[in-house]
Amino acid sequence: MDDRTSAPAGSGTDPAPADVDASGAPRGRGVAIVGRLARWEVLLAFVLLGLVWLGASLSPVFLSARNFSNLIAAVIEVGIIALPMALIIVAGEIDLSVESMVGLAASVLGFLYAAGYPLEMAIPAVLVVGALGGLLNGVLATMAGLPSLVVTLGTLALFRGLALVVLGPRGISGFPPEFSAFGFGTIPGTPLPWPFVIFAVLALVLGFVLHGTWIGRQLFAAGKNVGAARYSGVRVARMKLLLFVLAGLIAALAGVVLAARLASARADAGEGMTLTVVTIVLLGGVNIFGGRGTILGVVLAFFTLAVLGNALRLANIASEIQSIAIGVLLIISVVIPTLAHQFKSALDRALRGRRAPAGRVGPGEMANP
Amino acid sequence: MISKRFGRMTALTMVAALAAVACTPAATTVPSTTGPADTPGPSVAAPLDVVFIPKQINNPYFDAAASGAQKAATELGGTFLQVGPSAATEPQIPYIQDATTQGVSAIAISVNDPNAVVPALEAAQAAGIKIVGYDSSPAVGAYDVFVNQVDFSGVGVLLADWACELAPNCTGEIVVLSAAATASNQNAWIALMETTLEEPKYAGLTLLPTVYGDDDPNISTTQANALLTNYPDLKVIVAPTTVGILAAAQVVSQAGKSDSIKVTGLGFPNDMRSYVKDGTSPVFGLWSVPDLGYLTYQICAKLVAGEITGAPGETFTVTGLNNDQPYTIGADSIVILGPAFRFDAINIDEFDF
Amino acid sequence: MSELAVSARPAQPTLLRRLILTAGRHREVSLLVVMILLGALVAVRAPQFLSVSNLTQVTTLASIIAVAAVGQALVIITRNVDLSVESTIGLVAFVVAEILSARTLGVPAAIAFGIGLGLVLGMINGFVVAVMRVPAIVATLGTLSIYRGVDFLLAGGKQVTLTELPSGYTDAATATILGIPLFVVIAVVILAIVGIILRQTRFGRQVYAVGSNPEAATILGIRTRLVVFGAFALCGLCAGVAGVMWGIYFGTINATAATGAVLQVVAACVVGGVAIFGGSGTVVGAGLGALFLGFIQNALIIIRLSQFWLEAIYGLVILTAVAIDAVILRRLRRSIGARSRG
Repeated sequence: MDDRTSAPAGSGTDPAPADVDASGAPRGRGVAIVGRLARWEVLLAFVLLGLVWLGASLSPVFLSARNFSNLIAAVIEVGIIALPMALIIVAGEIDLSVESMVGLAASVLGFLYAAGYPLEMAIPAVLVVGALGGLLNGVLATMAGLPSLVVTLGTLALFRGLALVVLGPRGISGFPPEFSAFGFGTIPGTPLPWPFVIFAVLALVLGFVLHGTWIGRQLFAAGKNVGAARYSGVRVARMKLLLFVLAGLIAALAGVVLAARLASARADAGEGMTLTVVTIVLLGGVNIFGGRGTILGVVLAFFTLAVLGNALRLANIASEIQSIAIGVLLIISVVIPTLAHQFKSALDRALRGRRAPAGRVGPGEMANP
Repeated sequence: MISKRFGRMTALTMVAALAAVACTPAATTVPSTTGPADTPGPSVAAPLDVVFIPKQINNPYFDAAASGAQKAATELGGTFLQVGPSAATEPQIPYIQDATTQGVSAIAISVNDPNAVVPALEAAQAAGIKIVGYDSSPAVGAYDVFVNQVDFSGVGVLLADWACELAPNCTGEIVVLSAAATASNQNAWIALMETTLEEPKYAGLTLLPTVYGDDDPNISTTQANALLTNYPDLKVIVAPTTVGILAAAQVVSQAGKSDSIKVTGLGFPNDMRSYVKDGTSPVFGLWSVPDLGYLTYQICAKLVAGEITGAPGETFTVTGLNNDQPYTIGADSIVILGPAFRFDAINIDEFDF
Repeated sequence: MSELAVSARPAQPTLLRRLILTAGRHREVSLLVVMILLGALVAVRAPQFLSVSNLTQVTTLASIIAVAAVGQALVIITRNVDLSVESTIGLVAFVVAEILSARTLGVPAAIAFGIGLGLVLGMINGFVVAVMRVPAIVATLGTLSIYRGVDFLLAGGKQVTLTELPSGYTDAATATILGIPLFVVIAVVILAIVGIILRQTRFGRQVYAVGSNPEAATILGIRTRLVVFGAFALCGLCAGVAGVMWGIYFGTINATAATGAVLQVVAACVVGGVAIFGGSGTVVGAGLGALFLGFIQNALIIIRLSQFWLEAIYGLVILTAVAIDAVILRRLRRSIGARSRG
């Protein structure tokens, strides 16, 4: 998803930036952030509360500690991967290969462990593999200038294939009990699963990087205007490269967590995850074209999806309906901002008799004369 | 920027929409009465809520078992529900955990990966839920009873025998088209078949490397086609999976090779009838899959009621099965349903499942 | 093209570079050449590769993917993508099988229904992308899972076996016309029709225009959104045809049919020279790409290389094809730049 200056036909228009107010005067950054937060994240919080209420009414066991722990654990790996993915998408790229890296990581872990290496050696090796895979993605997508969509489509197949080659159809199990306890158990005294710690730390760190540092600002800028960002030099390319490496590393980590939780390392681990990861990121308010989004939104979206999946399962609603719901959710999460913007433009025009502040012009709309 | 009022309106609309989706009645599962979690203890009056978690829910084999289980549920006044992953490669753990949270009386499970489910099953056992394995067993210790549809070695011998019968002069290349590579039941059968094939009687048969169809009809078809291309001298395809045997028979029959290549293994008589008649698959076998489900449910009920604990040596009777003779629980808490049936041109029309 | 441009470059591109450029510019021809080389190599080791029965099988299976790839090429040329094709194929295959097994409709009517269903699903995609302005990758990722969910709901865990279908229905998979498999003929016909639409009609020219530069296209008065809608609709139509063919070829169909096919379809387009940037590529390329991938898959089976290598090789093929595309594009950009500067 790079060439944003000539957006694909039929794409959504971009809602007006929040750092200017209706009259066009620039706002302070703090106000801008709060202003931005007041939109999508509030909506999402409402939805989350609504789903919790729904879950509780659908099943009396919904609000138990055990259930809370289960529902988080069921999608924790997806949540972990969604965080670096959010940064990648904000920067205007995408990484479809994460699910295959999960599989490759599980595969290498299983292979090494079965070959006699202790986990203390196998896990770092797996993380290195993840970083290397991310490096491949990054080099091809940033240095060679290939579109990240197709590059990661290729590595989606490549990594999965390598996973199968390394481990074959076997499922490796018999991991030490501490390993499974990490994946399956909860932090003593709380209903939070251990892997949640990884998620929380990652959310805090990446949230800080994205929203509080100049790196984050560069990423937003890169996403907003790929052409201009390219001219600002090698720095952007290097940052994106690091992002892909990070995504690969985190995906590998998620693969380790998955193997711990399932007490089983298989080459087909993680199949289908990419869809859910992208759904969480987009549901969290990150624009697919880049340039806007918050980590808070992604975190809220993670909980929303976890709650939704769990509520539906407890109500014995068929998993097919769940996948339909996720697909609908994905589309809605993009439609609503567009509709809202169009609604607001129309409202502004009606009330004030003039065009709304100039945002991006979509195809099919003439620019202001 | 969305105004606060609009934000609230949209939020309410979204919640309503999602509520509408969530309230859609379940299409494929029998609704169960999940009331507040009663302690599932060994008392005669305990509610009987049983959940079956098969390898995958798109498989006619498990649907057949489910029909038997449902029949048992109706007779005993309990409830029956079947949930599970859509593909045999997806984890079963979330379903086990949710069943645990819901406080069901018993879980019957056919596993994709015998080890992956152990922590979840042990957690369920700790919560007082009875665990009964069927068809494909969890690792020993993670269940109370495992209902084996047929004696493993029995199947292994039968598969070898049928291959020998179908290969001219018990000589030639044979190959196994299996299900998922990690499926514990298929792997056990294949291992025992290989052991049987080492006997001198089978010296003329050459066993080629096993291929896996993942219990998916399309993948199994592709694999079967590949076998035909790669091994022009192939004599018999042995498919110990109802999905695989059908795909192999289809492929062989369509390629017009029914004279030179035979297909055998485990299959449903209704599926395979035409292939028995056209000579592609003169001999194959199975057991009564509905009976498997029926027996499994009955065992769940007996465990919940405290009539048995699953210890080896215990006996119990189920009317209508095993000629009304008592079953004995064997080592590793395994119960065997009964002998396998052999289907061939003589008796194929007598069966309807 | 002036080699003595302003920027510092070697005066003569290396032989490798020139080969890549020539190959890329005539993507279709180079694919054919590689396939012939591959065929020769494999045949040396395993002569049955070139046997009539094997070639028939390879081309028949590849035809199904080719038909879907032709539709996908249309969408990619407009600078979008349709990730939902595998769900469309699976859903159509199942619905047609179900209709036929219940004898609700006769064979021709059932086939027409299936193709029509594909068209409708494609139009839904087109609506979401062109009218609701949802980016194609998001929209089709969503419909990928929605259509598959509908498929599961309809199937209810059951499958339709070959024996339930009208007798002789699946014979079409092995039928031949003048010795050429029927499926190949169907694929070639569809390829020709869509190819003609793209080359000779105004719609076709608009498709290329929209993909090359959507804003310019709009300014020129082209109804961009309508063109995109049409591309998705046609893609769905092709996927519907592919779905019918899938059902005929495989016989037994359940709700998981065609899972994973989207990778093959998009790979076929990418390999066939349909650049993901939009605005370029041909349906012939897409068709040959499908054939190429089918050859590779078959070759792997023939030389008894473990099936597990297949996906890794798909990935490598995609990456190589895209890398070649990028080299060409950079060359083109530079040469355009050189021309305008010098």
